Amino acid sequence: MTSVTGVSAPDPSPTSSVASRSTGRLGDRVFSGLSIGAGTLVVVLVLLIGLFLVTQAVPALQRNEVNFLTSSEWTVSGEHPRFGVAGLLWVTVVSSIIAMLLAVPVGVAVALFLTQYAPTWLARPAAGTIDLLAAVPSIVYGLWGLRQFGPVLVPVQQFFAQYFGWIPIFAPNNGLSGNVSTIFVVGVVLAIMILPIVTALSREVFAQTPRAHIEGAMALGATKWETIRTAVLPFGKPGVISAAMLGLGRALGETLAVTIILATLAPGTPWVASLFNGGETFASKIANNAGEFDTPQKTGAFLAAGLVLFLLTFVVNAIARIVIERRKAFSE
Amino acid sequence: MSASTPKQGRPDAAAEDVRTLEATPSCSATRVVERDAEPAGPAGNPRNEGASGHKSGGRAAADVAARIIMWGAFVLAVIPLVWILWSVVSNGLELVGSPRWWSDDAAGTSARRPGGGALHAIVGTLEMAAVTALIAVPIGVLTAVYLVEYGRGRLARLVSFMVDILTGVPSIVAGLFIYAFWVTTLGGQRIPFAATLSLVLLMIPVVVRSTEEMLKLVPNELREASFALGVPKWKTIVQVVLPTAFSGIVTGILLGLARVMGETAPLIILAPYTKYLQGDLFANLMATLPTMINDNRTEVTQAAIDRAWAASLTLILIILAFNLVGRLIARTSKVKA
Repeated sequence: MTSVTGVSAPDPSPTSSVASRSTGRLGDRVFSGLSIGAGTLVVVLVLLIGLFLVTQAVPALQRNEVNFLTSSEWTVSGEHPRFGVAGLLWVTVVSSIIAMLLAVPVGVAVALFLTQYAPTWLARPAAGTIDLLAAVPSIVYGLWGLRQFGPVLVPVQQFFAQYFGWIPIFAPNNGLSGNVSTIFVVGVVLAIMILPIVTALSREVFAQTPRAHIEGAMALGATKWETIRTAVLPFGKPGVISAAMLGLGRALGETLAVTIILATLAPGTPWVASLFNGGETFASKIANNAGEFDTPQKTGAFLAAGLVLFLLTFVVNAIARIVIERRKAFSE
Repeated sequence: MSASTPKQGRPDAAAEDVRTLEATPSCSATRVVERDAEPAGPAGNPRNEGASGHKSGGRAAADVAARIIMWGAFVLAVIPLVWILWSVVSNGLELVGSPRWWSDDAAGTSARRPGGGALHAIVGTLEMAAVTALIAVPIGVLTAVYLVEYGRGRLARLVSFMVDILTGVPSIVAGLFIYAFWVTTLGGQRIPFAATLSLVLLMIPVVVRSTEEMLKLVPNELREASFALGVPKWKTIVQVVLPTAFSGIVTGILLGLARVMGETAPLIILAPYTKYLQGDLFANLMATLPTMINDNRTEVTQAAIDRAWAASLTLILIILAFNLVGRLIARTSKVKA
């Protein structure tokens, strides 16, 4: 610690070139080099994911005889492969939207409850339980959804089919509304699955609301709710958005919960808008066929599906990023 | 946008204190405000007495409505979450309670033969988690240090953006990428180590984001004080910034570990299940708890379903243990900070 003061003054010219970068010490150079290297590695990894998926999907896509984006066929072997992702895209997006519509409002409300309303004796154990549930593996949600929760949800499906069946998404669909393995059940289970994530992350940002903001609002006579609306929510907004996007990302890419619950449809089944229907998401399609990656053509077709999923989550996260960018950078 | 990260953030340990403080004194503060407002309403300020009375009634109603909604949302959320835990515990407890579960692998069991152990899967899960953490934590923490302490300009924005993208990469895509890289391009086999690499991809962003948040909460005054004493930047980071944020970083690592331990999709692609105890990451087959659940849930017999529930319970117990350890570390280091 003795030599650290005034290192540039006694140092002669040889080190001046590095000293001009103000990180003249070896330790500084090594450490900043390591951290820059780690950061660069992350960038390279993401680019590699895209690169590998693209380069190996392209040959299969070139041999594809139907439009990849608008077809719902899936024949990947043989001389005349015909495969498209329209059906996968529909099921993936719709189930994730159901999950978001249910999980985000409830999650934010629970986070507000835990940070602003709950008595301490309740807030701590409840927060701990929710943190734990954020760590419960998705395969467990799938197991529970199929065996325990799904059967309870079937009457709800039948209610919607009976009274709101005139809306296309709630159409009874030949009695499939009485089945557990539907997109609707998957959406609700996904909502329950991402609820702890949305809650835990929102709770963290709400708990960090500066006390000055809260006390300021209260000093102006704001009620509890007005304090939340004017101080807590604006402060936590970027955090809530990132929490929601993280949840959406997990819902879009969720594999096992969907694979376990959702029934696959026979090839050639016509598309219907009803939520009371089986199907496959990108992820469950890949997982269901993970044992079949034997030829480059087959593998390429599934990698192409994975690529679309990757791009989908990429776009979601990029949008979230643009929203969060408005937050001022640290100490600037 | 008054909601910006404050210049002087609080250290992570203070976050809980904020809630504790707030739960008691500020509640009473609200009550004081209300009590003050009630008598002041009709007595003083005659100029717009009626208007203010009406308005405060609506405001009070909104406040009560919000309070009811929050409680309702909490109850609504708790029901399925408690139900899941109850299902897993009640269905899995019998097998998990048997000593053989913890000391034996599943050799000799079949869809029709009940019982068996999960030692092979427990070993596999812990081993993969350890290797994943070994690779992911240094990369993640250093990336966070870069973003908070060094990152300026275009590269920092790019890194931060890519971390967000990586956060959203679905586990199955991570598995596919490693498959395309390891099996298709390098011509390797499907081995547990390849699955570990895909878990690394999933863990890095969790570690980066949580570490970054914690580093941001370290007050700038600490850094400035250290610089003012002539301490080099790297030493400031290693000896002042990182220790201050330590508990938060550990919690982030444990959350990340909990996530990758439960991850199933990459393992289905890259690490096929086996019933036998096998601890070599570079051998062909290796059991983990998620693939054990997956293997057993596809059978329709009660014996297999029981094993799936028991494996779920075991996995949750391990994750719970990690969480508890994380909290203990967080609590002890809070005193130091």
